[in-house]
Amino acid sequence: MLAILKREMSNYFTSPIGYIFLAVFYFFSGMFFTSVLAANTTDITYVFSSLFTVLVFIIPLLTMRSMSEEKKQKTDQLLLTAPISLGSLVLGKFLAAFLMYCIAVSVTVVYALILAAFATPEWMVVIGNILGALLLGAALIAIGVFISSLTENQLIAAVGSFAVMMFILMIDGFASLISNTFIASIVSTLSFMTRYNNFVTGILNISDLLFFLSFAVVFIYLTVRVLEKRRWG
Amino acid sequence: MIEVKNLTKSYGNKQAVNDISFTVNQGEILGFLGPNGAGKSTTMNILTGYISSTSGTAKIDGHDILDEPQEAKKHIGYLPEHPPLYLDMTVQEYLEFVYQLKKARQPMKAHIDDICRRVKITNVQKRIIKNLSKGYRQRVGLAQALIGNPEVLILDEPTVGLDPKQIIEIRNLIKTLGERHTIILSSHILPEVQAVCDRVIVINKGKIVADDTAENLSRSLTDDFRYIARIEGPEEEVEKLLNGISGLKEVQPLGQKEPGVYEFSLEADPGSDIRRDLFKRLTERNYPLLGLKTTELTLEDIFLQLTQDSSSDKSKDGGNQ
Repeated sequence: MLAILKREMSNYFTSPIGYIFLAVFYFFSGMFFTSVLAANTTDITYVFSSLFTVLVFIIPLLTMRSMSEEKKQKTDQLLLTAPISLGSLVLGKFLAAFLMYCIAVSVTVVYALILAAFATPEWMVVIGNILGALLLGAALIAIGVFISSLTENQLIAAVGSFAVMMFILMIDGFASLISNTFIASIVSTLSFMTRYNNFVTGILNISDLLFFLSFAVVFIYLTVRVLEKRRWG
Repeated sequence: MIEVKNLTKSYGNKQAVNDISFTVNQGEILGFLGPNGAGKSTTMNILTGYISSTSGTAKIDGHDILDEPQEAKKHIGYLPEHPPLYLDMTVQEYLEFVYQLKKARQPMKAHIDDICRRVKITNVQKRIIKNLSKGYRQRVGLAQALIGNPEVLILDEPTVGLDPKQIIEIRNLIKTLGERHTIILSSHILPEVQAVCDRVIVINKGKIVADDTAENLSRSLTDDFRYIARIEGPEEEVEKLLNGISGLKEVQPLGQKEPGVYEFSLEADPGSDIRRDLFKRLTERNYPLLGLKTTELTLEDIFLQLTQDSSSDKSKDGGNQ
């Protein structure tokens, strides 16, 4: 697992993808932070509340290659015949993307410290925000890795992930269109936005935490199943 | 060391591998011979755990590849048909990655350097794989299989894409590896398998057609009965003369090759040696025999022969009536 994690990380930084991902993330989060500064407030939540939309565009960048490219270059033959389990293979891939994401999110710590230079921000809220962002990212990355495992074309993986994440972003809007209240309530339970906003506004619910974690776990597991199934094809 | 029992792999209705069984003993070099699409790669992919069989079992050193995949895979070094290389890495980085992936125990630097020396890629160790030629890539693929010093090496067409000099080097390398490893290698080139392997399994359309030592197989296969003769003399008369030779099944004129010199393809009945008779008759009529060579068996001929062998035994009785 460590070997894969290491290779993926170096791959992010030898190809432009890692840099583009970080640059776009830093650019937008920086822009949001500028408006926080301009508003003369220590309330950093605006940065995080706007983040979701950006992630929908850039997380597919991180995950599009992770499985699809292996299949295309036939390097999956090396990984699948190596004495490692499918689980640790997928986990290595997931953790590499997640680590990249952590590097990106870590910039918000800098923002918080800048704010702290002017006045003390509400640290617990800041920590809650960062935690929320990490959990949201983990869930989205797991979904992206899963979609990447379904195809050997990274472009399809990217567009597919983008479409799915866009749907997830707008799921509240869809829920309000459904007239059947029962189905609407089911759909809105799946809302990433509502749960994420809880973190952003400083509410830490165990159920929200578990929601994102279980999404990540389920999709990592599904990715393993996809690899498993391919062997039987 | 390797034990394969009733292995079958079907894709829908198509059976890629059909009920294959064989065992490979420790230290043996087994050659898998067959045309493209015969099921060689599929069998190897099953043995290495890349794909699963539809039915049947494969055991490596007593570990079933399905039940104990990690334990079995530890014993295998695999060079697939397309070397699984990360083109954006240098050779050194790639081999270090494989080393960590396989959780090899040997001291890393010495181990990798040693392997690079053996497959002769030391001079490209620091280069990016993308920029390497096919021959070098193939050897990096072989290096990758050797990492961790696995007991079993499974090599899918290891000499494809190499130039003749490299082919000989790799064959010699495989032979030396055979002293310490159990090897299965596939090829569609008969002389290659004969040169390297102790034992040969011929596979066609997913089935084993022959399983024998290389010597026995080549003995039965070089039972030559096809010749190309180059004879000086009027074409029609020579052909008539040739047709008079007993034991000669078919004469086919191949046309004029030099002024007044014609070539004929001769097919003798299996088992009958026509060469002396041919020489005698030609000298009687004073048609100089300028050349006589046996035609090399193509893989198709081998399959024809191997499949005919069983049917010709039966038809012999019928033919004498």
